[in-house]
Amino acid sequence: MANNDIQADEELDITDKVCPNTFVKAKVVIEELDEGQILAIRMNDGEPVQNVPRSLKDDGHKILQINDNQDGTYTVYVEKVGD
Amino acid sequence: MADEQQSLSAEKKSKSINYAVLKKGGFMRQKQKGYFSMRLSVVGGYMTSENIRTVSEVAEKYGHGYVHMTSRQGIEIPFIYVDDIEEVKNKLAEGGVKPGVCGPRVRTVTACQGSEVCPSGCIDTLKLARELSERYFGRELPHKFKFGVTGCANNCLKAEENDFGVKGGLYVSYNQPNCIGCGVCVKVCKAGALSIDENKVIHKDESKCTNCGKCVKVCPSDAWVGEGGYIISFAGTFGNTIFKGESYLPFVRDKETLFRVADATIQYFQDHAKRGERFRLTLEREGTEDFIKAVKEAYNG
Repeated sequence: MANNDIQADEELDITDKVCPNTFVKAKVVIEELDEGQILAIRMNDGEPVQNVPRSLKDDGHKILQINDNQDGTYTVYVEKVGD
Repeated sequence: MADEQQSLSAEKKSKSINYAVLKKGGFMRQKQKGYFSMRLSVVGGYMTSENIRTVSEVAEKYGHGYVHMTSRQGIEIPFIYVDDIEEVKNKLAEGGVKPGVCGPRVRTVTACQGSEVCPSGCIDTLKLARELSERYFGRELPHKFKFGVTGCANNCLKAEENDFGVKGGLYVSYNQPNCIGCGVCVKVCKAGALSIDENKVIHKDESKCTNCGKCVKVCPSDAWVGEGGYIISFAGTFGNTIFKGESYLPFVRDKETLFRVADATIQYFQDHAKRGERFRLTLEREGTEDFIKAVKEAYNG
């Protein structure tokens, strides 16, 4: 099921943000994308990785994959749904 | 001088006051003769703006212009003079505000905001609090008896402090086709019930699952689905004696069962407690064996 060949259209690093700005930043950036484009978001372990993917999904976007970078961060690949 | 006269007449009047009746109607006697702190019925911490306006007007006109927020989500209006009681009751009733209760009976049913408002909520706590209140509020018992309803394992409402605590949870199941193998559910499972294998498939150890539902809440791909249910804790008390309510039953998956268990619990307390004895002390005196048997029977229907 894992697919490491996902090509992101845009990258975002929110490891310097704290809740709720993690999600806010991700939301702002994904708004700028076109439907079907993929955003790769690097975020910290803990609260961000537990909350941000779910919140993006609740906004209607599709979470494709979450990679553990083995350095205390994760990269979440999310496909924009809707304009 | 006017104060003195009022105090004298209050003293005279207070001799003929039936305190038991007033207490039942939510009037708590104050240190100051002839004055009462009026407790209101607030189910699940819910008050409309109209209710609040009414309370404000009553506090302004009949009290000292302030209210006291109680530890169990209630409101009390202190300094209601004995002569004004009927008028205050009518005034409150016009604004849809009902009096609460004190003394040996079922008290205010408390609740957090629950699943209708809170993203963490697993059950509709307000609805359940209203149903419990409808069924039990004010019922006469050997001593006070408290219900509390909290929506999830975060336990904002402190379920285990209550004689009958309800905590929302989820009965969860795994829908593998939706799973993207991200493993976030494994990270969030405090019970250690989940693991992920080399094919990124999740495995669940049923015996460890506490029904907290966090896997469902956190899943970004709807691979976990959950149905709301209840974890019940019994005989908690947080006054003179401190005891955390204990759970003697498995996860309760439907409301009918919950009410059967609640009925059996109240009945047991009614039949076995001595006057003025909190539920926990009844169980300590009698042992928990018979009680557990009674609620298990109710649970099994």
